[in-house]
Amino acid sequence: MTKVRTRPPLVNRTSLTRGRFIAGFLSVPVLLYLIYVIAPYAQAFYIATTDWRGVSASPRFVALENFKRLLSDDVFWTAIGHNGLLLVLMPLLTIVIALFFAFLLNAGGASGGVSGVWGSRFYRVVFFFPQVLAVAIVAVLFQQVFRPDRSGMLNAPLMALGLEPIGFLSDPGVAFWSILGVLVWQAVGFYVVLFSAGMASIPREMYEAAQIDGAGRGQLFFGVTLPLLWDTVQVGWIYLGIAALDVFAIVWVMTAEHGGPDHSTTVMAAEIYRNAFQYFKFGYASAMGVVLFFFTVAFAVVAMRLSRRERIEF
Amino acid sequence: MADNPFSRRELLRSAALAGLLLPSAGALSACASPGGGDSGGPKPAATGPKTAANPLGIPEDRPFEVVVFDGGFGDAYARDVHEPLFVSRHPKVQIKHSATKEIAKTLQPRFAGGDPPEFVNNSGDNAMDFGALAQDGQLQDLGELLDAPSWDDPGVKVRDTILASAVELGTYDGKYCVLNYANTVWGIWYSKKLFADNGWQVPRTWDEFTTLCEKIKKSGRCAPFTYAGKHPFYIYETILTLSAKIGGADVLKNIDNLADGAWKAEPVAKAAGAFADIGAKYLLQGTEGLDHIQTQTAHNKYEVAMLPCGSWLENEQKDTTPADFGYAMFPLPSFTGSDALPYGTLHSRPGEEFFVAARSANPRAGMEYMRAMLSKEGAGKFTELVSTLTVVKGAAEGRALKPGLQSAAAALKEAGANVTYFRFRQWYKELHDEVAAATGQLMAGRLKVGEWADRIQKKSDEIRNDSSVKKFTR
Repeated sequence: MTKVRTRPPLVNRTSLTRGRFIAGFLSVPVLLYLIYVIAPYAQAFYIATTDWRGVSASPRFVALENFKRLLSDDVFWTAIGHNGLLLVLMPLLTIVIALFFAFLLNAGGASGGVSGVWGSRFYRVVFFFPQVLAVAIVAVLFQQVFRPDRSGMLNAPLMALGLEPIGFLSDPGVAFWSILGVLVWQAVGFYVVLFSAGMASIPREMYEAAQIDGAGRGQLFFGVTLPLLWDTVQVGWIYLGIAALDVFAIVWVMTAEHGGPDHSTTVMAAEIYRNAFQYFKFGYASAMGVVLFFFTVAFAVVAMRLSRRERIEF
Repeated sequence: MADNPFSRRELLRSAALAGLLLPSAGALSACASPGGGDSGGPKPAATGPKTAANPLGIPEDRPFEVVVFDGGFGDAYARDVHEPLFVSRHPKVQIKHSATKEIAKTLQPRFAGGDPPEFVNNSGDNAMDFGALAQDGQLQDLGELLDAPSWDDPGVKVRDTILASAVELGTYDGKYCVLNYANTVWGIWYSKKLFADNGWQVPRTWDEFTTLCEKIKKSGRCAPFTYAGKHPFYIYETILTLSAKIGGADVLKNIDNLADGAWKAEPVAKAAGAFADIGAKYLLQGTEGLDHIQTQTAHNKYEVAMLPCGSWLENEQKDTTPADFGYAMFPLPSFTGSDALPYGTLHSRPGEEFFVAARSANPRAGMEYMRAMLSKEGAGKFTELVSTLTVVKGAAEGRALKPGLQSAAAALKEAGANVTYFRFRQWYKELHDEVAAATGQLMAGRLKVGEWADRIQKKSDEIRNDSSVKKFTR
């Protein structure tokens, strides 16, 4: 009590004004966030406990029945499996490829570490192309690339050689890997640019010092580039993880039966969409949404834990 | 106050969380919450005096809304045929017309909000679920329309001018509430020119069919058979029709009623086995990865001889069909001499659904609009415009039909009462998806007939035991 009184009253007033000032700026975005983000979430949790089919004004409360049914829904578990696989493979492949390209573009040149390969400015633009295309366009484009007849870009040469065409999207054993390929193809460009920016901020002297000590390209990469780029890689990994949990449009537009053939490429978001907007089981779909929500939160927590690591100051 | 407002980590964390929350919220926040509008029961529907010229008693001065699915049929038939026909008898009624490719996305929020349009053409990939609509009492009872005098002849009831199957198919819970307007005929389609040039004959028995396939394969001219591999409905339709021909119409009734073991019945297994065999030996290369347009275009290029489809085919392909192609169809060949149904049996069913929203402001005007559609003029001009038969008896007579439609109309006439159909596709979309997925695998040789039947039967049983799904019987 006495301590408060000893503070100069002027400071108190400033902090009050400042508080009001900040609140004035924050209240509108917070309100918008509450209405458009938090409220739909709360609603989804409520709808998940009903058997609402989308048109009724008074849905029936069914408690946890939707979740019980989810446990024995094979297709949903297949979808979760695919998301899990994507969560591991998509960031891994994308980051490895993007790091490789970014290193070549920035430090892979013939002069050994200080400049990129010949034509790197051109490649940098080309790598970014997929990022500029709308997802639906990418999906339709690859539908044509993967066509199983003589009009398919990949199968035409195979068939010209007298080989059997590969059912990139029609063979359930292959389709998922085709999807993964497209996802990685689409993501790599952005991360090449991101990592390039990170590499550009690494001081040249470090490379030169390492070179004087006799380091080759591989040693330069693992000894200098990668440790100094670790923060950027972490950010990339989290973004890609989110993207992997959120895959939808590519699968929905590109595959037969929207996630087929025979559920071989389906993902959680596709199952949510299917149950909500095709089967009109909004309650059940919301239950899936709730599960997806907990998966993403869990991923965020794990990602934060794992990425807690000492930074290298330079 | 803290001097150090945010650490980098916290900033990253909140950014990542916001990124997580936003995209997955998108899917669900798009759907309207229930109970938005007035849920206190239906509003009283607008009415007017009943007269001979206005037997349904519509209010002559109140507007109503027509929403048409802008798909294969387009919306010209509504704008240029049905709406002018309606207005010719009710000049003071204003029609608000709109067309959309996304029926559910456009209209579902309006139904949930209590402000639906009067007349809806609920069709296409994004149609609203009829089971859900019926369950919720959104469908206007059209019984009165059936008993009203027909548009052309006041002495004949509407009921007697349309096919009986249209009434059965439009009945939910004993209430006739969905108008199935177009009448589709399924069969195996071929090019008369290609068949004539090579001296190939239309097969009447399964042996003749497989012999023909073998002959075409050996000739090297083209592949014998294909179907829309990406949409296995096209081939499971054929399998089910053949099983009905082998075992009788009850085979399909049991399937629709989700009966125990319906998918494991012998006729179903025989038909599935027969087509799995075709799939193993005679398919166009790459079939399972092609969609309906791609296979149908291959057909037009004479790369394949036969494919199963409905009578909309000719219209759908009108831009790629060579002038002398000569579209024609034949019914499924007889499997054995002891089939339950005779040669010529067809899968034919009214489709293209229209309904009147029970809780709209002016439902009677929607019903009157249907009465106009079911006139000889309304139906006949529809047939000419979109090359599709309707459920109105004899409406196509005297109209100029294209060769494919002519052949379908002739096959339908020959079939007489031997017409089969199934309804689970509309009733239980989940089952349809599972049958499609499994049948695609069956045709590709990755599922045996027994496994195929087990899988589908399991789904059928699951739906039967799911209390949240409304059940139908026929």
